[in-house]
Amino acid sequence: MLSSVQTPRLLRFQSFSLKCLHTHPTTTPPPPHSQILTIRKSLLSREISAVDLAGTFLNRLRNTEPHLKSFLYVSDVVLKEAEEIDRKIAENEELGPLTGVLVGVKDNICTSDMPSTAGSKILENYRPPFDATAVGRMKKCGAIVIGKTNMDEFGMGSTTEGSGYQVTANPWDLSRVPGGSSGGSAAAVSARQCMVSLGSDTGGSVRQPASFCGVVGLKPTYGRVSRYGLVAYASSLDVIGCFGSSVADAGILLHAISGHDKFDATSSKKEVPDFASQFTASDQLDSKPLKGLRVGLIRETIEDGVDPDVISSIRGAGSHLEELGCTVTEVSLPSFSLGLPAYYILASSESSSNLSRYDGIRYGKQVFADELNSLYGESRAGGLGSEVKMRILMGTYALSAGYYDAYYKRAQQVRTLVRESFRAALDENDILISPAAPSAAYKIGEKKNDPLSMYAGDIMTVNVNLAGLPALVLPCGFVDSSSVALPIGVQMISAAFEEEKLLKVGHIFEQTLQGCSFIPPLVADELAC
Amino acid sequence: MALTFLRGIQLNPSMLYPSSYFARKHGVLYCCMRSAQTQTATQEKEQTKLKVSTQSQPKAVDKFLKDFEAVIGIETHVQLSTLTKAFCSCPYNYGSPPNTSVCPVCMGLPGALPVLNSKVIECAVRVGLALNCKLSLNSKFDRKQYFYPDLPKGYQISQFDIPIASGGYLDVDLPLEYGGGHRKFGITRVHMEEDAGKLLHTDGVDLFGSLIQVDLNRAGVPLLEIVSEPDMRTGIEAAEYAAELQRLVRYLGVGNGNMQEGSLRCDVNISVRPIGQLEFGTKVEIKNLNSFSSMSRAIDYEISRQVELHNQGQIDQIVQETRLWEEGAQKTVTMRKKEGLADYRYFPEPDLPGVTLTEEYVNSIRESLPELPEDKRRRYEKMGLSMQDVLFLANDINIADFFDTTTAGGADIKLAANWIMGDIAAYMKNEKVTINEIKLTPQELGELIASIKDETISGKIGKEILFELIAKGGTVKGLIKEKDLVQIVDTAEIEKMVDKVIADSPKQLEQYRGGKTKLQGYFAGQVMKESKGKANPKLLNKILLEKLNAKN
Repeated sequence: MLSSVQTPRLLRFQSFSLKCLHTHPTTTPPPPHSQILTIRKSLLSREISAVDLAGTFLNRLRNTEPHLKSFLYVSDVVLKEAEEIDRKIAENEELGPLTGVLVGVKDNICTSDMPSTAGSKILENYRPPFDATAVGRMKKCGAIVIGKTNMDEFGMGSTTEGSGYQVTANPWDLSRVPGGSSGGSAAAVSARQCMVSLGSDTGGSVRQPASFCGVVGLKPTYGRVSRYGLVAYASSLDVIGCFGSSVADAGILLHAISGHDKFDATSSKKEVPDFASQFTASDQLDSKPLKGLRVGLIRETIEDGVDPDVISSIRGAGSHLEELGCTVTEVSLPSFSLGLPAYYILASSESSSNLSRYDGIRYGKQVFADELNSLYGESRAGGLGSEVKMRILMGTYALSAGYYDAYYKRAQQVRTLVRESFRAALDENDILISPAAPSAAYKIGEKKNDPLSMYAGDIMTVNVNLAGLPALVLPCGFVDSSSVALPIGVQMISAAFEEEKLLKVGHIFEQTLQGCSFIPPLVADELAC
Repeated sequence: MALTFLRGIQLNPSMLYPSSYFARKHGVLYCCMRSAQTQTATQEKEQTKLKVSTQSQPKAVDKFLKDFEAVIGIETHVQLSTLTKAFCSCPYNYGSPPNTSVCPVCMGLPGALPVLNSKVIECAVRVGLALNCKLSLNSKFDRKQYFYPDLPKGYQISQFDIPIASGGYLDVDLPLEYGGGHRKFGITRVHMEEDAGKLLHTDGVDLFGSLIQVDLNRAGVPLLEIVSEPDMRTGIEAAEYAAELQRLVRYLGVGNGNMQEGSLRCDVNISVRPIGQLEFGTKVEIKNLNSFSSMSRAIDYEISRQVELHNQGQIDQIVQETRLWEEGAQKTVTMRKKEGLADYRYFPEPDLPGVTLTEEYVNSIRESLPELPEDKRRRYEKMGLSMQDVLFLANDINIADFFDTTTAGGADIKLAANWIMGDIAAYMKNEKVTINEIKLTPQELGELIASIKDETISGKIGKEILFELIAKGGTVKGLIKEKDLVQIVDTAEIEKMVDKVIADSPKQLEQYRGGKTKLQGYFAGQVMKESKGKANPKLLNKILLEKLNAKN
């Protein structure tokens, strides 16, 4: 269908190889390694203890946190849990695949022993009586939750400025936003405050901050990871995603949390392949390791309105893929531009319903009032932030009698179109690529009073949520702002439940990308030692 | 989970909040709670009042109703007695202490998700088929949104535009005391939804003054909402429709249908129009109907109220509103006036996949359906039972089963019906027990009937051992043997006893032979006493007469 409306064109990016502006001054930096696999080796060989490891991370967290403010809560039992791991190692007990791994968890993912506020004042000090399924699975694999990361309230925002508590800074430039809504989780991994982290992605909330912070962000297929314990924003779009400093780490973390859950009726029963087994070391790759892979570059994502530096980074990523043996062509997704309005209608509609439970009756902030409607009104008015209120109002409007057909129903029809155009493009291509955001990280406050411009920044990511597809964002280059280099991420999209393919391509891409180091200056010196 | 959860409640004392204003402003609601609490006390009075009102009210209504017709439709909520709630694994037991049967899902905690209990679908399909409905092979759940403290999520999971079943009917036989007759009432739709919690009102027990507390035990309990066509015309028809639904859910085993516990709740929509007018009048909804008789009385009251307003030229006083039936005052009062239609902003529930039924599944349920009340009544009718017997026996599934098992063993149909409706029913009523609680088995009732029929025992002895069987159990054969109760049919033995009685009563014999033949009863009684009740009465009388009338 697509080929009839467009002429696929073979793109050649000869000698347009990736320009990494932020290169290490003396030597070529090595490709990123999996922290999870490295520490496992060190722990098992007893080179390092889990307590020492945890201590190192906690120290770095303590030093960087005043600048970054990526955590809303830091666990006070990290060292105790690390001691327990050391005991297990000493006694040669069986160790899970995430043993000793320090994980940051986005604050909208429930943890039974820590507050879970979803970044909202209405849930201040709320402690759930249960762990989210994803958290439970990580813990079972031996992970240590280091703390809860900052976010835009209920996931509604693209900058983390919308948190009810604090503004998180981008580790690359403290005057810039880390992206959002999982800005805390992205910044924490970027600044090596934790090894990996969980985020959630409703319209790009894992992928855009991954791009802004120069880390790997993985949004799985809808249904791959249980949503049980994820504070709902838009139920039909929400997924829990993973951040890592390498593709392998994101993949290993995803593997730990994936799979059917009887507590989430929308979680898939599809088998979870062993994502972890394919992370071949870079020196064992042949010269064209991705030979024959068909890559479609989404034309609509490299057109006007997108930062030229971003476009050249993505074209550079395309040429890098070609060097690896891929065939790269431009593809068009005709319904692409419709995705954004459809997304904002559907997400707002669902959120207006999902957030009804914050009524001050059973938990959370309650304002004492003379009568019921005042109790509701004042509890919600005081507890919810302005962006959240705006989306609740929009969603309530879109679902109202007389407007439902014009908004909600039409948006659902657009969703079907989006899904179909992706299907057609992915019939022709193994993966699709695009930027993860139209620009690099922008200044704190820059879009604070311009919500429409902030919403427009989600153009690259929302379609993927509407289609429920998996997507991987990994750093591919830098743009040079006035003083510092800012990372740029490329987004790779595959058909549903093909995370394995994305991880394989992403890993090879990352391991063969020359001359780039995605460690922010804030911690680069410390890590170099 | 329960333990963690208790901690959760303690951490959140906001379960209780001061609400003196709330109680006042929602006085009607308070009222509703109060009448529910005192329902057992009013229950007794209700019975006596019913007799008065059924005699007096219809007459008054009849006078008005000559020129008017009432149009009545009923929305019924049937609580399903599944082991666990609709979307979580909490059990539901009516009357448990508040908030002891709750979990993150039915409390609407952040991050909790509903997972459908497949038993709910099964119950819905059973009821849909029993109501002769068309089933939607692809239906879905929707969210119905409104704020209320007993609704934890701020929305109720329900079904909106695609109910699981629709377009059926229900056959009803009206009670004979109201003239009898058969009716067929249309069923618009049947859909699945979840129940809300309950508000508990407490007066000044605390420094806050009066409190409203929320009990979420009932939140998330599965319900079927059954909507009828506006086919009923009188209170009796409406009450009998509801009674038939109750019978149906009990026959199907999907619910206990207990109105007092709120397991079967009927909201009635009612309007009147001049006879011959096609369009409906303005409809009024009546709530708080705790029994079939209150339903019937509330409707008849409401009809006369509306007709009276018509007759007084005050049609504009009939407004679309919800009225509450007040059992004490025996009238309906305004609960809330509707200001336009409430906008529930329905949309498809994104947390639950669509509900898909296969033909095979539906067929397997269809095959597993028991005989339904209507089929049973028609079968009993064909067996030759009177309508009164039919209605009595088919009314209660357990009694019907008892009767069916008794007759399946070959017992005489009419005799079995008589025993069950007579002595057995009387015993159950006196002792306040159900037929499942008595010790008598259908097999032994059959045995008893047979033993009387073949004259092994007399009817009188039969009655005696019946009560023993009901109260203590055992077998007819065993009791007969144990108590030596076999009827005496030996002529010589009876003659001996007759001779002895006559010899012992020379005075009475003289009087008898002098013409006081009424004394035959005396002699018969004495002989029966002599035989310890075992003498065959026919034989006894025959021999006695012969001997009394014998000339010396």
